[in-house]
Order: sequence, then C-alpha cells, then structure tokens
Amino acid sequence: MGRIQLKSVTKSFGDVQVIPPLDLTIEDGEFTVFVGPSGCGKSTLLRLIAGLEDITSGSIDIDGADATDVPPAKRGLAMVFQSYALYPHMTVRKNIAFPLRMAKLDQAEIDKRVEGAASVLNLTDYLDRRPGQLSGGQRQRVAIGRAIVREPAAFLFDEPLSNLDAALRVGMRLEISELHERLATTMIYVTHDQVEAMTMADKIVVLQAGVIEQVGSPLDLYRTPRNLFVAGFIGSPKMNFIEGEEAAKHGAHTIGIRPEHIAVSESQGDWSGVVSVSEHLGSDTFFHVHETGLAETITVRADGEVGFRHGDRIHLTPRADVIHKFDAKGLRIE
Amino acid sequence: MATQHSRSVARLMMAPAVVLLLGWMLVPLTMTLYFSFKKYLPLRGGDLGWVGFDNYIRFVSSSSFWPAVQATLTIVGGVLIITVILGVLLAMLLDQPMWGQGVVRILVIAPFFVMPTVSALVWKNMFMDPVNGLLAHLWRFFGAEPVSWLSEASMTSIIMIVSWQWLPFATLILLTAIQSLDSEQLEAAEMDGAPPLKRFFHIILPHLSRAITIVILIQTIFLLSIFAEIFVTTGGAFGTRTLTYLIFQRVLESQNVGLGSAGGVYAIILANIVAIFLMRIVGKNLDA
Ligand SMILES: Nc1ncnc2c1ncn2[C@@H]1O[C@H](COP(=O)(O)OP(=O)(O)OP(=O)(O)O)[C@@H](O)[C@H]1O
Ligand SMILES: [Mg+2]
Repeated sequence: MGRIQLKSVTKSFGDVQVIPPLDLTIEDGEFTVFVGPSGCGKSTLLRLIAGLEDITSGSIDIDGADATDVPPAKRGLAMVFQSYALYPHMTVRKNIAFPLRMAKLDQAEIDKRVEGAASVLNLTDYLDRRPGQLSGGQRQRVAIGRAIVREPAAFLFDEPLSNLDAALRVGMRLEISELHERLATTMIYVTHDQVEAMTMADKIVVLQAGVIEQVGSPLDLYRTPRNLFVAGFIGSPKMNFIEGEEAAKHGAHTIGIRPEHIAVSESQGDWSGVVSVSEHLGSDTFFHVHETGLAETITVRADGEVGFRHGDRIHLTPRADVIHKFDAKGLRIE
Repeated sequence: MATQHSRSVARLMMAPAVVLLLGWMLVPLTMTLYFSFKKYLPLRGGDLGWVGFDNYIRFVSSSSFWPAVQATLTIVGGVLIITVILGVLLAMLLDQPMWGQGVVRILVIAPFFVMPTVSALVWKNMFMDPVNGLLAHLWRFFGAEPVSWLSEASMTSIIMIVSWQWLPFATLILLTAIQSLDSEQLEAAEMDGAPPLKRFFHIILPHLSRAITIVILIQTIFLLSIFAEIFVTTGGAFGTRTLTYLIFQRVLESQNVGLGSAGGVYAIILANIVAIFLMRIVGKNLDA
C-alpha cells in the first residue's frame, strides 16, 4: 500500500516560497517521476513527502491517513539519496540490516531479509565489505538494498543515478524498473534526465519553479504537451518552435514540431535551409538547419544513412498531423 | 626531477636542520643517560663517580615512586575522559546554527591561549581560594561550607584546571570532524528509524572515532609532562606529585642530579609504554 496525496502543500524557506500551493496524488504501485530544470524544487518536494522538511502549509496523506506531522521514520517510506548516504564504518551487511535493527526485528529475520535483498541485488559476494571498497554501482545497489529490506509503502529516489557513468546508468535504470515490476511498490523518482523519466515512469510530473506544469503518462506528455514549457522539456532533441507567419497559417501564435516529425529531402519540401552541423549517431543523424527563415535553427532527425554535410541546402517537410499549436500565452490549442 | 645530482644537493641543504634536530634530541638524552649512572650532588661534593644502576634502583624503591606513577596516570586519564566527553558535547552544540556563532567559537577556544602558569594561578586565587574564591562565595550563597579545593580535593582540582585548558583543543578538533559529517547520512539514519540517541551512537560517534583517537594521542603526550599547574597550586603536596614533579624535586630540591636523571629515563620508558599501548588500541582506527 502506498497512496500518497498532497493537498495544497506549500514550502517556504524564510521569505522565499519555493513550492506554491500544490496538489498531487500518487496512486498505489505507481512509478512516478518528478522532472524539471535544476532548482525547480524536485528535491524539496521529495523531502517534504519523506518528512525531512516540514511543510509550511497544507497536508500530506499517506494511505488515507494524515501524515503531515508524522516523523520520517514512522511514515513507512524509504529513501535512496543522491550521495547514497551509506554508513562508511559499517559493512554492507550491517548497512542493509540497519533499518531492521532499528525496528528491533529478531536476528534470524534480519539475516533472512538481508540475504534476500542481497541476492536480488547481486550483492551476496560483497556483504562483508565496507562501502569504501565498492564501486559506484555497487554502492547504489547497497543503498537500494537498505531501502527494500524495510518493505516500505513507497520508495523515494533523489537522482540516484546521477553519479554513475553512462553505461552503468542504463544498466541501473533497467534494474530499478525490474525491481518496480517485481515489488509493485509505489516509487517516486526525481531526475533531470528526461530519458530516465520517459523510460521508467508510469506517470511524469513536470515541475517548473515549484509549479506542476503537467502530469501524465510519458506518451501523453510527448503527444499532447499542455504548454510550451512541457513541449520543450520532453523529447530529445528538443521540439522546434516556429513563430510568426508560418505559425499564423495554422492559426496559432507558436507552432511546435518535433525533429523526428520532419522529413528531409534533397530536392523538394515545404521549407528549405542550409545544414550547419550534422551529428551522426550511427542509428540516427541530427541536422541543425539554418537560414530557413522560420527560426534560428531547425533541428531535424533523419535516418542514420542520410549523408548531408555542412553547407548543403536541403528541403524539409513537417508531418501535418503532429504539429503542436500554442497560443500567445504558450498554452496548447487543440 | 629527482636526479642523482639534485638529490645530493637536497641532502646537503637539509643537513643543517637534521644536525640541529639530532643535537636537540641527542644531547639532552645522552646527558640524562650519562648522569643517571653517576652519583652527582652539585652542592654536596659534585661528581662523586660512577655508581652503576644504583640510581635506578633507588628511584624505584623510593616510597614516592609508585604514588607518583599513579598520580600521573590519574591526571592523564581524568583529563582525557573529561575533555573527550565534554569536547564531543560542546562540538555538537557549536555545530548547531545559532546567533553569534563566530564569537562563541572564539570564546570557546580562548582558554587554550592562556599560559598554563597563568591559568593555574587564576584558578588557584580567583576560583578555588577557600576564603575569597568565587567557588567559596557560591558555596556560601547556598549555605554550604566552602571547600578548600587544593588541599581537600587536590587531585580533582588539578584535573579540573588541566581539563579547562585542554577542552578547547579537543572541542576544536572534534568540531571540524563533526562538520565533515555528511548530513544525508544522518537523514538516512533518521528515515531508517534511528532516534536521536541511536543516531549519535551509530553514526556520529563512529564518524568521530578518528578525531577522538587523535585527541587522545596528542593530549596524552602533553599531559604526561604537565608541571606548571602542579608547581603553582599544590607544589606536589596532597598526593599530586606526578613523575615529572618527582624528578624536579630530586634534581632541584634534593640536588641529586643522578637520581633525577634515572627518574627521567623511567619517564621516557613510561611515555613509550603508554604510546605503544595507545597505538595498539586506537591504531586500528587510524588505519581504517
Ligand atoms: N535549505 C534551504 N534554504 C533555502 N533555500 C533552499 C533550501 N533548500 C533548497 N532551497 C531552494 O529551493 C529551490 C529548490 O531546490 P531543490 O533542491 O528542491 O531543487 P531541485 O529541483 O532538486 O534542483 P536540482 O535538480 O539541482 O537538484 C532552490 O531555489 C533552492 O535554492
Ligand atoms: Mg535536487
């Protein structure tokens, strides 16, 4: 069980209001990801849920019971910190057992659960090492192990993968997703990496300056971003925005078209421009096109085999059915 | 680049310092050893020749030897316990955000800058004087009979004075150690269900163990040789005669340089035993 409900929660540090009134419901078993630019209040929101920070006003319900004034230890949540926050003087075994010892479980039960968590996370060979003798990914797994042995109502992750190298990150991402499938426990995951957000989430919460811009499934956000901010934030490379005459043709102040929804051709198309940079990723090629008369740069994603180079004049055709239209305030027009 | 040439130049440049340091250490050490095997009474006949291990035997068999060793260890142990415990508590207090933190920290460090002689005199005359001392006034205020600290509770008094001097040192080292503790570790422990006291014993104290080790090692080395505090307060009376003070009395009061030197050699041996002992216990902490 782990249904978390925030009701007009606010948070101020001194005079600065970091989180304006915010409502959010996280359903039991859901994998929710908070994304947003740096400093938008993702960590603060997570710490409010954890109870590590006091909320300034509003209330937090966990499983229908008011948890606003419940101390962190009693909320039944487990948190994985960005710095892992392992206890350096304890062995891996003791680290994982720590919450169980604090809960005064008997030794046989502690051993059983620690062994269980260690085998799930492939840590069995490292149980007697100290955190200082582990690699980053192994430390990460110990931190997760320490969280899962408590069988919490929900897991809170604060950018858990940001200290890992790219390859390990992909691996850990899968492991966390698998863990979620297996445990089916509520997870709240903070990241600023939108690939993590898109691949892992059941539900993404996009934040900007403490305000929720949109909540929805990854594909919802990708297909129907509610405003310019979400449109620009979700999707990689970023959506192209075009204003002025071209937008007016569609009856909008701004239109947005994703790089993968533009067809490239040598000879003909709606728009034309000059390739300034082409990035070959093997599977795909990204062209940054200038001199289109529409926007500073138009980014286009094409097949990896398409071989235009710097200075080539090319023609672009947007797919008409996936053009996003926004009004002068930046809100989506259907 | 450490070429052959530059290395020999370096050796040449370092030589004066090395020679000076060696002389600094070796000359007194050899002189102590030299005199310890002689009967040397400057005011009663001067150098009276070699006596073998006579001085050593006499120093140990004297009735004041074992009490002196005991007094030394009591003072060192007492001061260590007080400074480490109060140091940890003070360091945690000073680590809390509070108004006027900078000033308070400087005030806490202040006793360390007072010379031992001065601080002992201040304590003796201003606090512990049975007639005019502040403590006597305080006792009388509550209707109690003032304690004549230095004669009735002499050991406690000296431990108090020395602890007061060394508490800032312990606090300072422990404060820097506490500040290096990652606050996320404490938050993680909080979420793991550890109440404040458990957080202290499971997270903060282990984190401080290295700093405590350093405090204990350094203080022991200095505390074994405290002298001024005893000289200006009890003058070695009332059971406060430490090994250092006994040696001083043998050499200057009884004018027996040979006997004093033998005591000095014992002091060196004692200091080394304590050092090895401490290294054994706490050395593990430093490795980890
Ligand atoms: N203890 C604090 N006192 C004052 N301001 C704070 C405090 N903690 C956070 N803030 C402010 O609150 C805002 C949100 O911070 P938060 O750490 O939640 O950002 P974030 O979204 O997690 O960013 P990042 O992606 O960089 O981790 C920031 O503007 C920050 O300066
Ligand atoms: Mg953050």
